[in-house]
Amino acid sequence: MDKINSIFDVLGPIMIGPSSSHTAGAARLGKIARYAANRDVVGAKIYLHGSFAETADGHGTKKALVAGILGMEPHDERLKLALDIAKDEGIDISFEKIAIDGAHPNTARFEIYKSGGEIVRLTGTSIGGGAVIVTEMNGFDVEITGDYYTMITKHNDKKGIISRVTTMLAENNVNIGNMRVKRNHKSNIASMIIETDDLVSATIVEKIRRLDEMIAVIEIMPIREK
Amino acid sequence: MYRNARELLGLCNEKNVKISEMVMLDEIESNGLSREEILSKLDEILVIMENASSATLYNPVKTLGGLIGGEGKKMMNYLQQNRMITDQWIVKAMARAFVCSEYNASMGRICAAPTAGSCGIIPAAILTYAEKFKLNREEMIAGLLVASGIGKIISINATVSGAEGGCQAECGSAAAMAAAALTEMSGGTAEQSMHAAAIALKNIMGLICDPIGGLVESPCSKRNASGVVNAMISADIALAGVVSIIPFDEVVEAMKNVGTGMHQDFKETARGGIAITRTALALIEKNK
Ligand code: SF4
Repeated sequence: MDKINSIFDVLGPIMIGPSSSHTAGAARLGKIARYAANRDVVGAKIYLHGSFAETADGHGTKKALVAGILGMEPHDERLKLALDIAKDEGIDISFEKIAIDGAHPNTARFEIYKSGGEIVRLTGTSIGGGAVIVTEMNGFDVEITGDYYTMITKHNDKKGIISRVTTMLAENNVNIGNMRVKRNHKSNIASMIIETDDLVSATIVEKIRRLDEMIAVIEIMPIREK
Repeated sequence: MYRNARELLGLCNEKNVKISEMVMLDEIESNGLSREEILSKLDEILVIMENASSATLYNPVKTLGGLIGGEGKKMMNYLQQNRMITDQWIVKAMARAFVCSEYNASMGRICAAPTAGSCGIIPAAILTYAEKFKLNREEMIAGLLVASGIGKIISINATVSGAEGGCQAECGSAAAMAAAALTEMSGGTAEQSMHAAAIALKNIMGLICDPIGGLVESPCSKRNASGVVNAMISADIALAGVVSIIPFDEVVEAMKNVGTGMHQDFKETARGGIAITRTALALIEKNK
């Protein structure tokens, strides 16, 4: 590991056992899925691959994934009850085993159902020690670790759109830490993945959403618990 | 900023402070937290460790995989009989380590130290030492600081993950962290802490990760119990003035190389070692 800065990366996380990768990491993946759906979740189908599929029950992986989707932290004592809590809240959850070619053993694929009938799709992996990475979201290759605030746009690939968004951020003193652009030439739809040092205010996000070329904007909040 | 034991020792000598204080100063400087904030986070961790190491001592619970449970209680019953080969503190420390593992495997709330699988070693070492020598909270937190400094060095230069380096990287790192902490808590020098850490890590070098069914239960819980004893004896060895011939940084490097060279079957995949013994496979089949 190269990103060890703090002693609390070593002494921590505080978490519900038994496994940082299969339990705490799973809860964090669930959290990202919740943000991807803008916290509006009425149901979910979760596909489990590899070790996630094989050892899910012995590691509480299903409970942890659902806990995250419900907005719980990996150290929340209610994590054990997540499946029951989801049922009580009328959130329909189902699981299925899947084999994804070449995927890391601790990988889950989510289909999150929103109240308006919309479906959000994402694939993420728990890479060890509770750290996670989301590699695919709504058909685009991404790389979201949840360490930073991340904004993901889906827009019509017209000239000038990128600079308009980055200018809006700069004008509001938001420092961009990392940015990538993905294009789909056939559909002419593109995606920007922007990581920033600080949270972006709701007003700016709204302005970006209202740009003509914009189709959708997803915000992923930093998932590391304080 | 220290990246290895040599640098950490250099800073301790330069500023004439203990390892715990140097780790604290570095954390303040590199992460912008105040001393009070760091102390309160460590206190919170200590509370979680106190709870996790006693939670199931008298009331064993069912673990997710059902492979372990009740070991801590047995150790305490054995303690009452007063016929142990070692002594009450070693037996108590093992009981605490067992309980942490059991609590972790039953979805209890623990602090990864450095991982969930090895979460019993540091609490068992620090809390048992504190009980024996009646330490106050501040002194226990100093122990946590030493342990975390050692863990940081291992994480930067090698790994603390069983999937990457085998159990030597998890339970071995935890034992090294605990050994250094015990040494300082016992009045040892910074150099002696590093010797203790080096000795602990050498004692289990090469240990593979082979959990039955891929679950963090067995042999994990017994490696937590033996891990805390490893920490205690390594600290005693160093405090007696015995030195590690190989400096800690080189031991960490060696551990990393051993981990890299270790076959995938022995790195948390449950495809080797204890995990594929006849009895282990039969147990998994039965639990399906
Ligand atoms: S055997 Fe593997 S899973 Fe168990 S404590 Fe050791 S490293 Fe962790």
